[in-house]
Amino acid sequence: MTAVAPTIELEEIRTPQEIKRSRYLGITYIAMAIFVLWAFAFGSVGNGSATFGLARPTDPSFPDFTFNAAFVAFIVAAVLASMGGVQLARGFGKRSNLVLAFGFILFTFAFLGWATAQSGLGSFSMVGMFETTIVRSVPITLGALAGVLCERVAIINIAIEGMLLGGAFVAVLVASLLRTEDASLYFGAPMAGWIGVAAAMATGAVLSWVLAVFSVRYRVDQIIVGVVINIFVLGLTSFLTVRLLVTNPDLNSGAIFKSVKIWVVGDIPVIGPIFFNQTAIVYLTFILVAALTFALFRTRWGLRSRAVGEHPQAADTVGVNVYRFRYLNVMMGGMVAGIGGAWFTVGTVGRFDENMTNGKGFIGLAAMIFGRWHPVGAMSAGLVFGFADALRQKLGILQTPIPSEFLGMLPFLATILVVAGLVGKARPPAADGQPYIKE
Amino acid sequence: MSDDTRGEVPQLPEPADDNVPAETLPGTGDGGSGGGDEQGNGRKFFEDLTGVNVDWRNALLVPILAIITALIASAFVILISDLDVWSNFGTESLSNAFSEIRRAFVALFEGSLGSGRALSETLTNSSTLILAGLSVAVGFRAGLFNIGTEGQILAGGMAAVWAGFAFDFPVFIHLPLVIIAGAIGGAVWGGIPGLLRAKTGAHEVITTIMMNQIAILLVLYLLDTQLFQLAGRDDPVSKTIKESGRLPRLVGFLDNSDYRVHAGLILALLAAAAVYWLLFRSTIGYEYRAVGANPDAARYGGMSVTRIYISVMSVAGALGGLAAVDLMSGVLHRASPGFSGGLGFEAIALALLGRSHPGGVVVAGLLFGALRTGGQEMQVATDVPIDLILVVQALVVGFIAAPALIRAIYRVRTGEGTGQVTRGWAT
Repeated sequence: MTAVAPTIELEEIRTPQEIKRSRYLGITYIAMAIFVLWAFAFGSVGNGSATFGLARPTDPSFPDFTFNAAFVAFIVAAVLASMGGVQLARGFGKRSNLVLAFGFILFTFAFLGWATAQSGLGSFSMVGMFETTIVRSVPITLGALAGVLCERVAIINIAIEGMLLGGAFVAVLVASLLRTEDASLYFGAPMAGWIGVAAAMATGAVLSWVLAVFSVRYRVDQIIVGVVINIFVLGLTSFLTVRLLVTNPDLNSGAIFKSVKIWVVGDIPVIGPIFFNQTAIVYLTFILVAALTFALFRTRWGLRSRAVGEHPQAADTVGVNVYRFRYLNVMMGGMVAGIGGAWFTVGTVGRFDENMTNGKGFIGLAAMIFGRWHPVGAMSAGLVFGFADALRQKLGILQTPIPSEFLGMLPFLATILVVAGLVGKARPPAADGQPYIKE
Repeated sequence: MSDDTRGEVPQLPEPADDNVPAETLPGTGDGGSGGGDEQGNGRKFFEDLTGVNVDWRNALLVPILAIITALIASAFVILISDLDVWSNFGTESLSNAFSEIRRAFVALFEGSLGSGRALSETLTNSSTLILAGLSVAVGFRAGLFNIGTEGQILAGGMAAVWAGFAFDFPVFIHLPLVIIAGAIGGAVWGGIPGLLRAKTGAHEVITTIMMNQIAILLVLYLLDTQLFQLAGRDDPVSKTIKESGRLPRLVGFLDNSDYRVHAGLILALLAAAAVYWLLFRSTIGYEYRAVGANPDAARYGGMSVTRIYISVMSVAGALGGLAAVDLMSGVLHRASPGFSGGLGFEAIALALLGRSHPGGVVVAGLLFGALRTGGQEMQVATDVPIDLILVVQALVVGFIAAPALIRAIYRVRTGEGTGQVTRGWAT
């Protein structure tokens, strides 16, 4: 669950900027340590213990994790302070991002301990929290993967939001149509759901085909096409919702995927309920991340795709069909986004509402950048953003004095910091967003 | 720096007639965007610099055909979303569907232009749209894609509302205060991405999208604070702007209380004129357009690209803030979650339709305002939801961005499309 993008850069000579950055990072650790000491450690003294629930009520019993919130916060502050000291003295070199992630995990841990202890409840379901994190991360990860597929061949996809929304709408419409009483083709719940997912993928493919035609063939600015697709899908789905779904609710009650517990591993305490008792779309997401990582970095297709994104002229010279790669990869990206769209309806609540994706596509875009155009990075970022989302939801229960909106802003602030180069370096594919004109 | 435009609408200079056929010679394939044509680029550079939009064919014919095509397509959308046609296909259901389409379009027209009240509503909607469209257009001219108008409207709107309820001054002090507060709020929200672009190279498309999302959450938070929330309310609704901070209605003297058109219209037209002057008559605007045409050349010519990026985004943000002033001080008077309602995205479509020219933005703003107003009437009078308007807008912009489609449908000669506005976020 660590939020670390794999470091793919080679060892470099440290530039003045990097030295400066390293110094900022050290100061940040020490500031975090002081904050933890002030807010969570001294703030928790006398509040007593915090209990993190590690099993759901329905699971076989597993001991909860109870600790003294103030004591843990003191330790966290000490660790953070020493991390800051080491960072300032000699830096962590290649492991600096790993250390940064570790620092944030410690900070979050101390924060949750404090939040739990100061609330009247004194206990907090950690398993439920992580379960929600995984579920919430799915559309973000899938959106980010769609972005990775497109941008690796240098097509900027702002339309992830629209593809998610379109997929969500079509999935529930198709799944519902197959389950109406008088349907000539009647399907059971999981089958109708899967056909809904397939229809959502087709929708995503069509929308991304439009993106590809406009940006590859007509060389229209890709960001403009993306914005247009977003407006189009928002308008059309809202139009059809009011015109069709509101008056025919039976068209808007699709099959919902049920959680499937995976044999044996699903019974492992703590890990089982978090990872192996989810819906099929969640498993599919993780499989996609693995498959895409392998395909992009270990196959001929992946090498050629990346070449098309980095240096299309060179790729063309050695006989790679740049246009075909752009069309196909962008459409694959659209299909992945379609699955993410299906998650919103048949994957969770089973009904469509106007503009129900509510900016998740843009968070997906952020996750792609945060994850440095890498599938595993995209998933890690998706999990971090999903965690922020879940935290936002659960903090309401704990009644912390921190407004949930600020937690919601974290993914966006983090992305701004990343693109500004303040935290880590993010380098997009070299030809990203530029049309290729065959000589 | 030859600047030979006269008046609000540029005159058609001589090169135009040579230009059009040159761009659309048969055999250039789909080469609408003309990216590789060096001579075309040079001419485009000149046009961008002088602000002379020479291509009348492109500026009028394509938009008109695009609008017609989009309306026809939207009629199809109404038709295929008619369940009756699907279940009882036949002459009766079809003729019912066609009469519904006819009624929808009649309502669209009458609801926007058919009466004094309709006209007043159209102008009310248009003034906000014009200001928002100008915000995007200024960015485009300088080669910056301001997707952040939505967030700038939210930020400017909250600032304007705050200035509107927190103070108690006579109108001639209070109203300017509200306007300035809104403009500053927007300018700050737009200036941050500008600053980041200038200092760190962070692409404004990414940062403005992120700033939009942050603004949405910030509004939610603020509406829950004691400072903003209306006393005695549990739902997120702000206090109202005091009477002295509201834009006065233009035809209040007519004793027609439902004529809502307000002084925001004057504000919008003044802003359009000011933007025209700024872009095409001032040194700053020349620098904006030079940076937009070629930042490297501009830097080489001794301009501070850093300073210009910050200034462009602040101006764009301020215009977004003025759009918010128009909306809050002129119409809504109080803030609620998501009060911008997608205006910032409509503004992008609008700026493209208006070719990022202040005059074009005004015309496009009137058109979109009419669509919006007529759409409301359409929703009330028929079973056709107003969201159809978004479909029409998206299609219009799609056709304008790729005039090759229009060329293929109508067999007419068209100029080049919008081409590359931004450079992507690769370095």
